[in-house]
Amino acid sequence: MNKTFKKTLKQKKYNYGFYTKVKSKTFPLGLNSMIIKRLSKIKNEPKWMTKLRLKSYYHWKNNKKYPEWANLKYKKLNFNKISYFSGIKNKKDKKIIKTFDKLGLPIKNNKKTISIDYVFDSISINTTYNKILKKHGIIFCSISEAIIKYQKLIKKYLGSVVPYYDNFYSSLNTAVFSDGSFCYIPKGIKCPIDLSTYFRINNGKIGQFERTLIIVDEGGSVSYLEGCTAPIRQNNQLHAAVVELIALKNSKIKYSTVQNWYPGDKHGKGGIYNFVTKRGICKKKSKISWIQVETGSSVTWKYPSCILEGDNSIGEFRSISLSKNYQQIDTGSKMIHIGKNTSSLIISKGISTNYSKNTYRGLVKICKSAKNSKNYTQCDSLLIGNKCSTYTYPNIISMNKTSKIEHESTISKVEDEQIFYCNQRGISKDKAMSIIVSGFSYNIINKLPLEFALEAKELLKIELENSVG
Amino acid sequence: MLKIKNLYSSINNTLIIKNLNLKIKNGEIHILMGPNGSGKSTLSYIITGKPKYKINKGEIIFCKKKINELSPDKISKLGIFLSFQNPIEIDGITMFNFLKILKKKNNFKKLYKLCKILNIDKKDLYRFFNLGFSGGEKKKNEILQMLILKPKFIILDEIDSGLDIDTIKYLFKIIKIYLKNNPKCSLLIITHNTSIIKYIIPNKVHIIYNGSIILSGNSELIYKIEKIGYNGLIKKKYNDKK
Repeated sequence: MNKTFKKTLKQKKYNYGFYTKVKSKTFPLGLNSMIIKRLSKIKNEPKWMTKLRLKSYYHWKNNKKYPEWANLKYKKLNFNKISYFSGIKNKKDKKIIKTFDKLGLPIKNNKKTISIDYVFDSISINTTYNKILKKHGIIFCSISEAIIKYQKLIKKYLGSVVPYYDNFYSSLNTAVFSDGSFCYIPKGIKCPIDLSTYFRINNGKIGQFERTLIIVDEGGSVSYLEGCTAPIRQNNQLHAAVVELIALKNSKIKYSTVQNWYPGDKHGKGGIYNFVTKRGICKKKSKISWIQVETGSSVTWKYPSCILEGDNSIGEFRSISLSKNYQQIDTGSKMIHIGKNTSSLIISKGISTNYSKNTYRGLVKICKSAKNSKNYTQCDSLLIGNKCSTYTYPNIISMNKTSKIEHESTISKVEDEQIFYCNQRGISKDKAMSIIVSGFSYNIINKLPLEFALEAKELLKIELENSVG
Repeated sequence: MLKIKNLYSSINNTLIIKNLNLKIKNGEIHILMGPNGSGKSTLSYIITGKPKYKINKGEIIFCKKKINELSPDKISKLGIFLSFQNPIEIDGITMFNFLKILKKKNNFKKLYKLCKILNIDKKDLYRFFNLGFSGGEKKKNEILQMLILKPKFIILDEIDSGLDIDTIKYLFKIIKIYLKNNPKCSLLIITHNTSIIKYIIPNKVHIIYNGSIILSGNSELIYKIEKIGYNGLIKKKYNDKK
């Protein structure tokens, strides 16, 4: 990379880094069974839920094995220095409304034709467009509300895809999750508008434990979007989410994420630790598509996966991750083929700049029963500058002879030649870089719902404009 | 229009252009020739401000303005256009989108019209930039961009390499029309192919060797090269000196 290029190495401003001063009830730091009981009580949860939380907590406590296999380097978390709940006292506080206005997501007079569930720290503030949804029998509310109102569904499905004993963070999450979204699409209903949850971490010492459960009954379909931001802080904060998708026979789920948590400053100080377990189960002839745009967090650990249990089911994963400064991203997907004629697609694109580290980690497992199944995986990495790095760890297992697996992988560098060519046409360096990056991410971005696509494009553009190194 | 005075330039501390002088007046056509590795393309990169090249001494003046230290995008905006020998490809960006960045006023109608002039299939506008294009298509794309940007000074780097006769002829026809419509525009053609004379008649021909222009003359010079080759010319020159 030439010298003039390095001159443009500036820190991009994180536009969502403000803090909202509101009165809230925050738990003391630390985790014990009392805290969990108190959390459950505040939420008026039924007894079985409290029991499940405690069971998970003891499992977590007794089998505490910190996951260290990922290609990430960071200071170990001290789980006793985190507060596990922070709920604002007045949900109708004008400051909250202003906060979301400032984030470009007004609660009132929302012109976007999507239903949004607003999660602020540990609790859900408001869900919009409820009336239209109710007309179709669609349930879309906070998970806390669902635990009380729709116990039958929750009991049947919560933890059915990601059980509490699945991994370190799923145990922790099941024990202390505070809020998130719940969605149920009844039989044969195609959700007429996009559903969305917007997560905001505001409080400085709090860990956010999001729990989302989406169930689409036979023949139904839904498109769900998830967005996230947090204030700028010196210390690292934890966001450990569990998302479960259940796609019953002939149904379709499209789950899009634009993750823009505070990524830390240019020296790698501060930022969100984003440890997420996302998994969906596909019954017969159903389809789950994961689409993610990852630009935030100082550390990301995330593998949206599909269990293709039903025959002829389809799983898709499309990802674009952009890392800069000292960000570390370890992401990818797992596709477990169980049913016959199942197919899966993985397209992962990573862009690394500055000193960042971008890893793809994936598993494609075709079980003996999954006859005539197929997978196609494509991993492309783009390196900008010469201090960043990219890694690919694909794991492919096929247990039958009738299935087909393809894996393609490329690593490229933005070449000075490309930049010079654009320059020669009167295009500035920054603009040239964003042209090349947007070309690279083209076939992910164009799969996003329109409104999100524009946002993601903007995000990738702004992020790069001044952070080229 | 363009004046290069006592230019010394290096890449990775190796001197590649030595004491080069060149003057191109408004509306003139110059041909720069020389054997492989003599510094032809290098000179085009230096004029257009490619960052790798360092100017150690001398200056480049364009329209009375010193451009040595300008960034390549600024040099381009002054009206200097380089048609690349090997144009790059950009995945995921359509021709149309790229051309729209060049000039915001570009709409479908205008682009279709230009495509028609250049014999470019309209559908090509929706293909990714140069991706999978043939050599001829890439060069046509260069000229298309030239027509869009309307430069004052054009450098054609090996526009004729790898093209069939019909395409070369056609491209030069269009370039000539452009020059006719823009009589002040100057042209510098870089090539090692003497048959260039069939397509365009230059005001001046220069021979570059080992980083400096060793001979300048009119189109007669091209016939000489054809007869005795670069080596013959170079030898002759040094013998004359003795």
